[in-house]
Amino acid sequence: MQHSHSQFSDLLRKRDFYAGGLMMLLGLGIALKGATYRAGSLMHMGPGFLPTALGIILVLLGIAIAAVALTPSGGGEEDQRVLPEHPQWWAWLCILMSPVLFIFFGRYFGMAPGTFACVFVAALGDKAATWRGTIILATVVTIFGVGLFSYFLQIPMPIFTWRGGL
Amino acid sequence: MIATSLASLWYGFGVALEPHNLMFCFIGVLVGNMVGVLPGMGPLATISILLPLTFGMKPVAAILMLGGVMYGAQYGGAICSILLNLPCHPPHAVTCLDGYPMTKQGRGGVALGLTVFASFVGASWGITEMIFLSPLLVRAALQFGPAEVCSLMLLGLLAGSTLARGSPIKGVAMTVLGLFLSSVGTDLETGSERYTFGMTELDDGIELIALALGLFGIAEFMNTVNQVAPINTKYTNIKFKDMRPTKADFKRSFFPMWRGTIIGSLCALIPGTGPTIASFVAYATEKKISKHPELFGTGLIEGVVCPEASTHSSVQGDFIPTMSLGIPGDAVMALLLGALMIQGIVPGPQLISQHPDIFWGLVASFWIGNIMLVLLNVPLIGIWVKMLAIPYKYLYPSAMFFVCIGVYAANNDFFQVGEVVAIGLFGYILLRLGFHPAPILLGFVLGSRFEENFRRAMLISRGDIMVFIERPISAVFITLCAILIGSQIYFRLKGAKADIEPADENAGISGGPVEAEIAARRVSATPAE
Repeated sequence: MQHSHSQFSDLLRKRDFYAGGLMMLLGLGIALKGATYRAGSLMHMGPGFLPTALGIILVLLGIAIAAVALTPSGGGEEDQRVLPEHPQWWAWLCILMSPVLFIFFGRYFGMAPGTFACVFVAALGDKAATWRGTIILATVVTIFGVGLFSYFLQIPMPIFTWRGGL
Repeated sequence: MIATSLASLWYGFGVALEPHNLMFCFIGVLVGNMVGVLPGMGPLATISILLPLTFGMKPVAAILMLGGVMYGAQYGGAICSILLNLPCHPPHAVTCLDGYPMTKQGRGGVALGLTVFASFVGASWGITEMIFLSPLLVRAALQFGPAEVCSLMLLGLLAGSTLARGSPIKGVAMTVLGLFLSSVGTDLETGSERYTFGMTELDDGIELIALALGLFGIAEFMNTVNQVAPINTKYTNIKFKDMRPTKADFKRSFFPMWRGTIIGSLCALIPGTGPTIASFVAYATEKKISKHPELFGTGLIEGVVCPEASTHSSVQGDFIPTMSLGIPGDAVMALLLGALMIQGIVPGPQLISQHPDIFWGLVASFWIGNIMLVLLNVPLIGIWVKMLAIPYKYLYPSAMFFVCIGVYAANNDFFQVGEVVAIGLFGYILLRLGFHPAPILLGFVLGSRFEENFRRAMLISRGDIMVFIERPISAVFITLCAILIGSQIYFRLKGAKADIEPADENAGISGGPVEAEIAARRVSATPAE
């Protein structure tokens, strides 16, 4: 936890710096967009009043977070890397793609194919995944899931369909 | 006053013992207990996943079940800590310190047995507190006008974000973000659309379930995938007869148990200090007053029962502000409140009188649920222990399916499944940047009521912002807010690493060393022993 020199290269490794920056950007975006709505007066507040105020507060908080990163002992957290030690790009992609495939297959082919695709892709993200194990897991979850949600809980989503526009 | 409370409690038992409600309470504690044991699944993710299933249910049954998950998970989390040395559930992290050494000495069963007992004692106290304190709080809160409600919410939000884990200023930033997210969609007062960017699907605002599942489901899975160390199941062979404590064990843990309970209930009353802080404070106190503090960490039963009793007493106590004032102390409570709001019930001080079945049914179900948990845990501990071996590679893909179908089922809308992907990615970025996303949910759930009351207060005072200081009760809340912020700045300037309980009364007992010890454990526990 030694931050001896506050050199610029040191700064760029501090994630609080990025954290503060992100909050400033978000706050700025919120405040600018909020300013396009009617603000009204304090007594009769318009829809834009509170969001704009929140955006401005967020910018100030972002500045404060980044300023803490500037102080030598700032942050106080041991982990200053933005990416974890072993980035899991493949696994992250799999997890994020899983709902996307659920949307696609669910919409055009129905609940069973959607479920299968969703679980299958998510399971591929684990580094110990095998094709066989993944297929078995996806099948089991599909059977169980369709049974629970379609028959028991009556979710209005066809089990199988063909380009059925929902 | 006491008589009315008891009469209402009697009525509550009538509600909770209806077969339908009893069944859902049982399902809740069972599922909660199960996921509490599983490393890598917390009560937040589970409650979010179960939330869509409650849409078709009556409000009472829904809240009994979700509440059951919440406290059921607390019973399970201790198993994980004691037998595996995995501090995967924050409130139980401190239990590892003495629980795991006991396991290594072959006394893990005794530790578990006494934990179950201590948990029950802690929970019972918390429930009793809820029965008698909530009506008092409600009576005071019913006098509040919009200005008071507003400053009370401000206090709750500030406490919830600054006293939780991590940097206080980042916590506040997350709360502000949550407040903003709640303003997306149609403005209730003027009907104009805000931040929808032309997407009609966003007119009704961001879906609570999509937010919760994105932040606590997808973002968490991204954080833990392929990072979970293989589990060491060497000591997990626990039999029922191992769990019986000796008379000496019992005697030694009696007072620590009560001290833990009291600390937990005090922590529950300070908004924002949830079970995690309660357990840390309890452990530190117990170590401080012990005659032989150097033996802590070598497997003392006191170091197990005190934090556990404290956790449970605080978990039950956390329901007090949530149910009687409508102001949740942490993200789990915010989620439960959200579940009520989805059912069309407005949280706030009027809840107890308008929906006595919900409030008193819930209180009664706590007793029933806790008794169920004791009965479940004693014989089933062998089964729970086997569940520890379920690998994460099967767990998270199945959970992904529940996330997708759950979000879809909320409105039968695929757009919201897309929402959950975006929120999940954003949540993971926030996690990596050192933000804890829990306060987002706190701000989100309170957001619309905060805005409504703020507008109303301003309208009544004719646009005079000083009304918050001029009205006495409101002034007290604002002063407390100022003290909270002031003490945070003071501790920051003092250079104390006051991560755990910075503005607590017990500020003398720093949680820092305990946390460092746990971090060290976590590292040393990962290689195969």
